[in-house]
Amino acid sequence: MRQPISAAGKPLAALVLAMALVALALAALGANPAATFAALAGGAFGNWLAFTDTLVKATPLVFTGLAISTAFSGALWNIGAEGQLLAGALAATACGIHLAPMPRLAAITVVLAAGAAAGAAAGGLCGWLRARFAVSEVISTIMLNFTALQMLSWAVHGPLMEPSRAYPVSRLLPASAWMYRFFPPSRLNAGMLLALALAPLCYVLLFRTNFGFQLRALGKNPRAAAFYGIAVARTSVIAMALSGALAGLGGAVQVSAVSHRLFERFSPGWGYEAIAVALVARLNPIAIVPSALFFGALDNGAQAVQRAQGVSPVLVQAAQGLVIFVLLAFDTPVLAVRRRRTISTAAEPAEHADA
Amino acid sequence: MLEAFLSSTISMAAPLLLAALGELLVEESGVINIGIEGVMLTGAFAAMAAAYATGSIAAGLGCAIIAAAAMSALLAFLAVNLAVNQVVAGTALDVFALGVTGVFYRRIFGVTGQALTVRTLPRVGLGPLQHIALIGPALFDQNALVYLSFGVVPLIWFVLYRTRWGLTLRAAGERPEAADALGLGVYALRWQALMIAGAMTGISGAYLTLGYANTFVEGMSAGRGFIALAIVILGEWRPGRIAVAAVLFGAALALQFVLQAVNTGIPYQLFLALPYVLTLVVLTVVGGQGRAPSSLGEPYLRP
Repeated sequence: MRQPISAAGKPLAALVLAMALVALALAALGANPAATFAALAGGAFGNWLAFTDTLVKATPLVFTGLAISTAFSGALWNIGAEGQLLAGALAATACGIHLAPMPRLAAITVVLAAGAAAGAAAGGLCGWLRARFAVSEVISTIMLNFTALQMLSWAVHGPLMEPSRAYPVSRLLPASAWMYRFFPPSRLNAGMLLALALAPLCYVLLFRTNFGFQLRALGKNPRAAAFYGIAVARTSVIAMALSGALAGLGGAVQVSAVSHRLFERFSPGWGYEAIAVALVARLNPIAIVPSALFFGALDNGAQAVQRAQGVSPVLVQAAQGLVIFVLLAFDTPVLAVRRRRTISTAAEPAEHADA
Repeated sequence: MLEAFLSSTISMAAPLLLAALGELLVEESGVINIGIEGVMLTGAFAAMAAAYATGSIAAGLGCAIIAAAAMSALLAFLAVNLAVNQVVAGTALDVFALGVTGVFYRRIFGVTGQALTVRTLPRVGLGPLQHIALIGPALFDQNALVYLSFGVVPLIWFVLYRTRWGLTLRAAGERPEAADALGLGVYALRWQALMIAGAMTGISGAYLTLGYANTFVEGMSAGRGFIALAIVILGEWRPGRIAVAAVLFGAALALQFVLQAVNTGIPYQLFLALPYVLTLVVLTVVGGQGRAPSSLGEPYLRP
């Protein structure tokens, strides 16, 4: 029983410490930390609509968080969930507005599949470039983020632009391609259920299948993995494609369930925020859900904070960075080595006295 | 037309080159700095804020160096002393810098972003040379930071390959255990490299605000730091080739201005995406990380 508790302890302590640092920064900037946090909590959970909106804002983070978990588990540093999500949203929109009339469930499936396929293509391309040409996936995924951003901008100014051509936004998806919503006027939707269902599926994939075992072996020690006959190239291409598909699906769900159209600044940085989400969850797909909920609340609350305290919501990005810094510091191998040394010194004093 | 393109190419290449040369030092010491984008952005913001407050470009440059070095120190502590994953720490630094510069920018200048301008660096023409046809304006009529960026190329080469410090630095990146066994102080060397690179990247960021934009926009580094990382790979970790690679990317960035002026009917987003696509294509062609320092990116724990 102690194992899971201590496993959750570090991330929680890291979140608390990071929030304390944010409070210090707020005080330094002349804002009232207590009032700011109160406004943050109120904006995130203060009433039914605020609470449901937190869930809405957490949903893309579950998809991108699962994407990062999958890639990082294999030591594949996919920094491109942002671009893969945008590619997914772009494909879903392009596909959705040209859709022939068909039953709602079929239309939604087609739109989501298009998003997942586009994301898989973007992620898989980077995996393949790494496996075949030794191109660092860190650089290639980042470059695709910027490329996707420009493609999206071109699409909403060009081929997908709304009919009056007054605003750089796409046409609306036909209502048949809109995902189901519950309890209006809240924006609760079937996309969340899909996210909730995918988390345990990803867990099973990573921890209960042969592929997952190979991927994690690759993440722990690529040389040993290759030595033991794991197909390194194939496993990394598949994992990157899968990671991209999850992020792309997140973009498609956002279009189909929430925005119903595409526009510039579609993503506030879900793909980058996902790295913090996944690290807080310790790359465990099940833990992605509460972690995404925390960051979704932070995003949602930050907008209320701006209204109440005049603190800019970009503070959330600084907080994301801080959370990762603190988590990394908590996990430093320096401590582990020191502990091992203490144990071995205690066990074999004679040997160490010689040295 | 061509003259303007060449001039713009060199001017665009300069900050990429300066950042890439800093990154070269860091990578030779065995560390990969994915946070370079955030360090550059920090330099850009600090330069603008200080230049705006004091009216002095020198103060802007000074503050850019200090702020960027402070950001680098954060990464140095995590990557060197705590030996954490360098890619994750660097990415976190990018996000952190985006947030911090955004918060300060909106706190100091408000969200309206009303015509916030600072003086830009003056061009320094080198006498009759600037009147040479075609290449004159490109090579001999630029601001001081452009001359500095290209002037640093032989200096970095000399430091890396002809000084004792350069030799020990490369040893730290190739075989840190051996370097430490020889008493070379791997941690200190990596810190030194990250601090020098931080200052260089800070100047490179200052160039964005004081050199051509004469204002600050959130996230204005727009991937230039990441492109500098690619330039180091394309330049195969050699200062001279890195300069050539930087000019290639400078040309890709300059192309968008020229083609926008001509109005070819091609969507401008295509040109904006060009440097990023070019990076992908070029890395695929150049491929392998064969010439990278052996221990690049691997956390090193002092035994």
